[in-house]
Amino acid sequence: MSPDPDAAQAVPGGEAEQSEMVQEKDAPTTYPRYDWLRPGRMPHIWCSGCGLGSITSYFIEGVKKSGIPRDQVAVVSGIGCTGRVAGYLNIDSFHTTHGRAIPFATGLSLVRPEMRVAVISGDGDLFAIGGNHLIHAARRNLDLVVICVNNFNYGMTGGQLGPTTPMHARSTTSPYGNYEHPFNLSHMAYAAGATYVARWTTLHASQLINTISEAIKRYGFSFIEVLAPCPTGYGRPNKIGSGLEEMKFYKDKSVVMHNIEPSEAVLDIHDRIVVGKFVDIEKPTYYRTMKEGVSRAKKVV
Amino acid sequence: MKAGYSLAGKWFMNGDNACAEGALAAGCRFFAGYPITPATEVAEHMAERMPQVEGIFIQMEDEISSVAAILGAAWGGYKSMTATSGPGFSLMMENYGLGIMTETPTVIVDVMRGGPSTGLPTLVGQADVMQARWGTHGDVQAIALAPNSPQECFDMTVRAFNLSERFRTPVLVLSDESVGHMTELVTIPPAGEIELVPRRVPTVPPDKYRPYAVGADLVPEMPRAGQGYRIITTGLTHDERGYPVLTPEVQERLVSRLSEKITRYKDEIIELEGFQLDDAAIAVVAYGISSRPAKRAVKLARAKGAKVGMLRLKTLWPFPEDAIRDLSKRVRAFIVPEVNMGQVSLEVERAACGRSQVRHLGCSGRIHKPEEILKAIEEVRG
Repeated sequence: MSPDPDAAQAVPGGEAEQSEMVQEKDAPTTYPRYDWLRPGRMPHIWCSGCGLGSITSYFIEGVKKSGIPRDQVAVVSGIGCTGRVAGYLNIDSFHTTHGRAIPFATGLSLVRPEMRVAVISGDGDLFAIGGNHLIHAARRNLDLVVICVNNFNYGMTGGQLGPTTPMHARSTTSPYGNYEHPFNLSHMAYAAGATYVARWTTLHASQLINTISEAIKRYGFSFIEVLAPCPTGYGRPNKIGSGLEEMKFYKDKSVVMHNIEPSEAVLDIHDRIVVGKFVDIEKPTYYRTMKEGVSRAKKVV
Repeated sequence: MKAGYSLAGKWFMNGDNACAEGALAAGCRFFAGYPITPATEVAEHMAERMPQVEGIFIQMEDEISSVAAILGAAWGGYKSMTATSGPGFSLMMENYGLGIMTETPTVIVDVMRGGPSTGLPTLVGQADVMQARWGTHGDVQAIALAPNSPQECFDMTVRAFNLSERFRTPVLVLSDESVGHMTELVTIPPAGEIELVPRRVPTVPPDKYRPYAVGADLVPEMPRAGQGYRIITTGLTHDERGYPVLTPEVQERLVSRLSEKITRYKDEIIELEGFQLDDAAIAVVAYGISSRPAKRAVKLARAKGAKVGMLRLKTLWPFPEDAIRDLSKRVRAFIVPEVNMGQVSLEVERAACGRSQVRHLGCSGRIHKPEEILKAIEEVRG
């Protein structure tokens, strides 16, 4: 099995099959946000029961709700199942390298401060291979909205353990059960300097739409963790069941707590999952501190 | 179009700073970098100068993010650059490839030092030449320029930006520690005398725009983010719409075009400098800092009556194989002094194709003494 998270697996709907067998289609015109998806890009590559379709819809709804014109919003993704969100959206979109969506977005955001730049990527992309960039972007309080889809495993490559895989969970690279301690992503983003931190599951539809809308309107580093079912990579080997059952599993363990110390934002899938908007604070953004910081430079043009 | 700004005048300046000034004259207004000897001076100079020209400097957390950031800035409509040395250059390779695949104009300066690994941070090397060509995975064509003086650091950085816009691809400037840290006279022309190649932006409205459709010269037009073109980019193999299509046919079409858009115009890219080659029976092939002791050696040998000349490669990639092939039909031998264990010499061998003897003259962590090259000339001369 390839260690490259973008290597296609022969799973139903996976890209190995898609390229050969599936005719390109537009999204059905019955889909309420039909015009937000690129023509001819359906069906998507995601498995039945995956949370990414819902998250894509929530993002569209969140941007619409924010009132920010669509062409002032850009989406940058890394690699993996979540990395494919960018390419489906009919919006300025950048599908970059594994783990490097945030620094790509950093360059884009700094030269286009009038735009709102969202990074939509997975937990492995943002916290394993790209972990360094995430903590430094949070530290700088860059003007980015990072939506991290946490599905507790590497889905695209067929279900390997990741930085969020719960202790004892089974994956193809933890066949006897995971013996690594996982990250608590929301706590970590806050500890690194994020000024807006929220966590929801994919069943918290209206909350997520509101959160995305709020984050896209604000300045500074916003971090939104979305717990998403991955029935193929995580749910099945861990006997959680179908995508719907996995969604319900997370929802049932969810406890809503707003404005709490992120260290208390417990994520224990066998006990309780604390969700809510944990942090929303004001702090000067990188762009502002940079402009102030260099204001003494003598202009020559 | 003409440059909008330059630090016009005569300056006593080192090569790293001259690279930075070349970038500013070329219109670069975004620099992302990470400190690394012997390229740090580029970043330091940019940190001071960018705010003066309303540009943006950011010190990133590593070299990987530095390249990612300059690609992002390029898609925001800016000219962008980073600078590094060997270890950082290694880290940049994946996103350099993303730049090639997404056809993103940008400039990467590699001030070469001794390697492998941490090697010789403060001492010269020329051992990244093959990495520049083959370091990123997949089939690529690189464009790499090799300055041999602070003046050329300025001139070639301007040219690197022009080539990056002309061909919509990242362009490499392969400087080295000696050139980067050497301080010499640098003449910077007034902005009105510096010719710049503007970015080729879409001429059609967004609804007619096909991101990777090309005309006769194989280079697509590039919008910037925020203009309504609904940009789609991916490092995956993609069709003219920018959509991922993972088939052998689309792969072959895309990779062939990415290659051909450069190889077809190699004569426009390649710059060479001949020195006393007209009657030469021996040709020294040199680039970067090595061309300076080599030129001295040729002069010394000429004084002793040797029919020897020098071909200086101002462009390393695409490799000037036609020029070497032509020379190989009339010179008996090539001598290739370079601060490595044999890299450009392999290309010279390939192009000479057995018609002439090729002698690599390597050294490590230092530049050649002219006498060493002279000795090689005399040995070959027999």
